Amino acid sequence: MIPVEFRGFAWRHAGRRAQAVTGVDLRVEPGERVLLLGPSGSGKSTLLAALAGLLTEDSGEQDGDVLIDGKPAAEQQDRVGILFQDPETQLVMARSGDDVAFGLENQAVPRDRIWPRVREALAAVGFPYGVDRPTHALSGGEQQRLALAGVLARRPDLILLDEPTANLDPEGARDVRAALRTALADTEATLIVVEHRVAEILDLVDRVIALGPGGTLLADGPAEAVLAEHGDHLAAQGVWVPGVPLPTRPALAAGDVALHGESLTLLHPGTDHPALDDVSFQLRQGELLAVTGPNGSGKSTLALLAGGLAKPTRGRSTVPGETRPLHRLPARRLATRIGSVFQDPEHQFVTATVQDELAFGPRQAGWPKDRIDARVSELLERLRLAPLANANPHTLSGGEARRLSVAGALAAAPGVLLLDEPTFGQDRRTWGELVDLTADIRDEGTALLAVTHDRDFAAALAGRELVLNAGRIAEERRR
Amino acid sequence: MTISLAPVCDARAPIARANPVAKLTAAVAVSTTALIASDWLTPLLLLAALLAVVPFSGIRIGALARRLRWLWSAALIVVVVNAVFAAEQTGRILIALGPLEISTGALLDATAIGLRVLVAATAGVLGFATTDPTDLADALTQQLRAPARFTLGALAALRLLPLMGAEWRQITSARRARGLEGGWNPARRVRLFVSTMFALLVGAIRRAGRLAAAMDARGFDSEIPRTYAREQRMYAADWAVIAGALLVCATAVAVSAAYGVFTAF
Repeated sequence: MIPVEFRGFAWRHAGRRAQAVTGVDLRVEPGERVLLLGPSGSGKSTLLAALAGLLTEDSGEQDGDVLIDGKPAAEQQDRVGILFQDPETQLVMARSGDDVAFGLENQAVPRDRIWPRVREALAAVGFPYGVDRPTHALSGGEQQRLALAGVLARRPDLILLDEPTANLDPEGARDVRAALRTALADTEATLIVVEHRVAEILDLVDRVIALGPGGTLLADGPAEAVLAEHGDHLAAQGVWVPGVPLPTRPALAAGDVALHGESLTLLHPGTDHPALDDVSFQLRQGELLAVTGPNGSGKSTLALLAGGLAKPTRGRSTVPGETRPLHRLPARRLATRIGSVFQDPEHQFVTATVQDELAFGPRQAGWPKDRIDARVSELLERLRLAPLANANPHTLSGGEARRLSVAGALAAAPGVLLLDEPTFGQDRRTWGELVDLTADIRDEGTALLAVTHDRDFAAALAGRELVLNAGRIAEERRR
Repeated sequence: MTISLAPVCDARAPIARANPVAKLTAAVAVSTTALIASDWLTPLLLLAALLAVVPFSGIRIGALARRLRWLWSAALIVVVVNAVFAAEQTGRILIALGPLEISTGALLDATAIGLRVLVAATAGVLGFATTDPTDLADALTQQLRAPARFTLGALAALRLLPLMGAEWRQITSARRARGLEGGWNPARRVRLFVSTMFALLVGAIRRAGRLAAAMDARGFDSEIPRTYAREQRMYAADWAVIAGALLVCATAVAVSAAYGVFTAF
């Protein structure tokens, strides 16, 4: 139980002109459980990194003080534990127990005391396997629980959680929240958590601090009071405030069949369970088909095969007007028939500026120059990317990068667009933008297939839903 | 494409249980002897000794043969190339096809070179196939006092390797979706390979940065001397492995010298 204090704290990342946060004055009392809210760019992660002692002198410029129990945070690292959002890049060792032990070795805990503490921490997070379980064989939710055990084993007096469930599927997120609930009940540590999805985490905290751009204080107080008073404003800023209704955009009438998947099957060599097993579907112009199901059910495989990006073991995916199945088309022709948008937008960027990115598909397809120019300016306007026309795609914010990857896939005017987890990890404002953008594309007559865990996204847009389980269609729902 | 460096042996076998540093020392000793000796008998004896050790390594013969297949093929190519392109053909001519001649002397020299490659390769595979990377890092830190920042850093990086295989496939698919693929044009294939590699590296560096921050947040950069959760020690058996390797090397050289064929370099 230790107090935390920011006194006139400001931080400028090396190489940036503007400060990430300016003049932050905050005090968190010993044992308090605080939810830190704010839109992207409000510096929440910077504040957590400062508390974790990760803002070193060579990584930027600091003003003011960050005090933990009255001493500078850099000297208190041993008393602080932080859980990040990406489980893959938090695990160090090949075996689960070794990974929890890693933090204890660094604390110079004697060997005979390490292993009891490892087992205790694994039990506290409900880790379902033994200490020898290979870390690469764990699901995302299990990896994140293991990372949490690694934090708890060090018995920190201050626990920091930086969007601990943002990178997980719904089941994994639920398990991690359950683990947090039991683990936090057993400790008196002060807690500061950053999370966009407020509803799920509200019962873990007793105080909410809402930040605006640059770390300015918007609101501070008990959770209910803050959300009741500032809920609408926070929702507009990108926070997922419970109770604020979400928009829905029902579809107009669907048109002709635009994509036809026939018995799509993929069996990876050396395995006996197909990743996708005999899945057939039809997709019509002007409709959005949501593909849902647990992790590993074959959703992403379906998107790859339907989009002609991988060769099916059996079956085919076709569009009207092409005799060959999509996986046999040359890439430059494929891009004029069907667009695919991946979860990580950066994988799809192939040029150095936003406008080249939009011109790329049409150029590959051999369009004349004036038609390309007209298409690029149209897309820049529609997707509000015009001010960024000459920016490097890799420097865009999450929401902008997402919009650009959709625009790039649409550039060569394909009649079909496939989206893989389009809303993954987005704040509420970007989410709303994506729903509107997707609805507009759909209502212009494009056929859309969206692989998604996001129930709200499917509810807002989908006319039909295909539920996959273990590579097969478990259910088809009409909305 | 999956990249795996996990050991492929029965962990209870004597060689698998030996301290990694002992195995490393033994492998280095045998390889060095083979590389120094330039006759054919010394590496042949060393190879025989290595094969005699295989039953104690816990590696299934099939798995070992698969791992060694490419290395043995490489050694065979080394023999052929050296026999054909020897500086001078001495002794009796065995094969004569127009300008192509292979003599007994050249074949013997080439075989010696091929055997040296084989010994080094087999020793390396025996060592690594029976060693868990975690144990190797522990032993390097505890026995050879290698800095933990280096050994554990390398170990953490190793854990990220399989992710890169998956990411390579994702990037390739994402690019095909954008209309970009190599097709039959070799120049375009090379350009695409380079740009995909670049995208992969950018991702890897970003990931490595996040991993380093997570490690430091768990105290990896604190000044306190670390303790070790897993103890690695040199037992009598481990010293015996090293002594045995040295004995084998000395015997091979001595036998070869006794036969009057030993030469060095």
